[in-house]
Amino acid sequence: MSVLVFVESADGEIKKSSLEAVCYGKAMADGDVTAIVFGEVANDQLEAIGKYGASKVLHVNDDKLKLGISQAYASTIAQAMEKEGANTLVLAKSSLGDPVAAIVSVKLNAGLASNVVELPDTSNGFVVKRSIYTGKAFANVKLTSDKKVIAIKKNAVEVTESGDSATVEVFSPSLEDKDFAVKITNQDKATGEVLLPEADIVVSGGRGLKGPENWGMIEDLAKTLGAATGCSKPVSDMDWRPHHEHVGQTGVKVSPSLYVAVGISGAIQHLAGVNSSKTIVVINKDPEAPFFKAADYGIVGDAFEVVPKLNDAIKASN
Amino acid sequence: MKILVCITHVPDTTSRIAFTDDNTKFDKTGVQYIIGPYDDYALARAVELKEQHGGSITVLNVGEAETEPTIRKALAIGADDAIRVNAEPTDSYFVATQIAHYAKEGSYDLIMMGRESIDFNSGVVHSMVGEILGIPAVSPVMVLDIEGTKAKMQREIEGGKESIELDLPFVAGCQEPIAEWKIPNMRGIMSARTKPLNVVDPVDAAGNTELDKYQMPAPKGEVKMIDADNVGELVKLLKNEAKVL
Repeated sequence: MSVLVFVESADGEIKKSSLEAVCYGKAMADGDVTAIVFGEVANDQLEAIGKYGASKVLHVNDDKLKLGISQAYASTIAQAMEKEGANTLVLAKSSLGDPVAAIVSVKLNAGLASNVVELPDTSNGFVVKRSIYTGKAFANVKLTSDKKVIAIKKNAVEVTESGDSATVEVFSPSLEDKDFAVKITNQDKATGEVLLPEADIVVSGGRGLKGPENWGMIEDLAKTLGAATGCSKPVSDMDWRPHHEHVGQTGVKVSPSLYVAVGISGAIQHLAGVNSSKTIVVINKDPEAPFFKAADYGIVGDAFEVVPKLNDAIKASN
Repeated sequence: MKILVCITHVPDTTSRIAFTDDNTKFDKTGVQYIIGPYDDYALARAVELKEQHGGSITVLNVGEAETEPTIRKALAIGADDAIRVNAEPTDSYFVATQIAHYAKEGSYDLIMMGRESIDFNSGVVHSMVGEILGIPAVSPVMVLDIEGTKAKMQREIEGGKESIELDLPFVAGCQEPIAEWKIPNMRGIMSARTKPLNVVDPVDAAGNTELDKYQMPAPKGEVKMIDADNVGELVKLLKNEAKVL
């Protein structure tokens, strides 16, 4: 089967989660892998997607498609799949990827699986393993249609370089007014920070930090680790931190390689957002904090002493 | 304004997850069911919008008879009537097809639901409903205000938020802090008993997915405790044992 991968960029850079999607597409395809990229991305960046397994990159650079309008992107992607003869769309879950996956699956009558964590098992049909119950279980789901849409969870595959430079082709879709019914009037994004859902390492703080003025040490540790910062629900509810940093059942679900929780007791709703992390470190002064049961490594101690010491120790070891 | 709020009937967030019948069925033993937390936000905002603009709220659930207590709770919170599509919700597209069919019949101005269900977490039903009906869908919506036939919204994106303007009708997948959850009062609970709850048959929907098996994650190893005076040891373990640094 031939695969199209929807690749997202942020500030002109290809997102790492999208490179995972390209690698996923390459590993599952027995035909060509084509990537589709929207917006202003430099040509050498587009060609470099080839290293991850795409032989061709379709570049959509219409002015009207600079901002991610899901309806317009989905129409474009459905047209690209038809042009390329692709029967499978692979993308990384995101605030844009989710609606695009849904709309394309309806347009093409394609079976859809979201939160996919592994490559498909094709020994008996086409079965994908997906995370359900907010990371507490998995479902193996068979996609029975010829056309398929697969939205992968972060860390579903490792990013590996296998190919060469890709050929870049400009793609201009034909879109209707209704594709642009949604008007994006403003985007307010933190710049220069590691994005939480993309991050390989996340450092999160909870109520144990006592106030927003104490976040400096969390930010310092995150900076040393190249990590994104997160927080627990009470912290975002009290406006100590912005809502997009809230990790948990009703916030962002992360699956980094390393999750460091500082001063978070580990309510089940918080654990639901982090239980797909590879390694969890918990720092809490309460030895009875339930988070220790879900952790790989734990330190019982005062965050205000342990975190700066940990920061120094990591710096010294680098 | 006619608002349709779609709710899921899901295990409480603290439920123990287990499966029966050779891992092909969810084990409902001892499980408390609730309105999906995100759907609860959608319902709460719908109640506020009705207070501001007048109109009516219909709540819809795709589920078998066991979901009726959950639907009654939504009626107690402030919905005026309810539709239960009498079917087991087999996958996102099946549910979206039912919602789209009955939404079209009722010609609603606004269709609201949670950003995702907390059992299957796909977060795609709102966008599917929009596409089936040929109207836009926006998710995850954190602010939703209506002025005449226009809506002004804020949606969460990675690392920030996006402001959106849109004409009615459309579909909104909601999340906090769109509104505070509403707890039903005694009057609401009493009146919910007699509000109409219409049970309707499902319509046909192409099934492109089949459940093969459920699976539990591998059991977790014991936590390794490190002395607070010896953080260097933690750094070593993260480098050499966990290999994440």
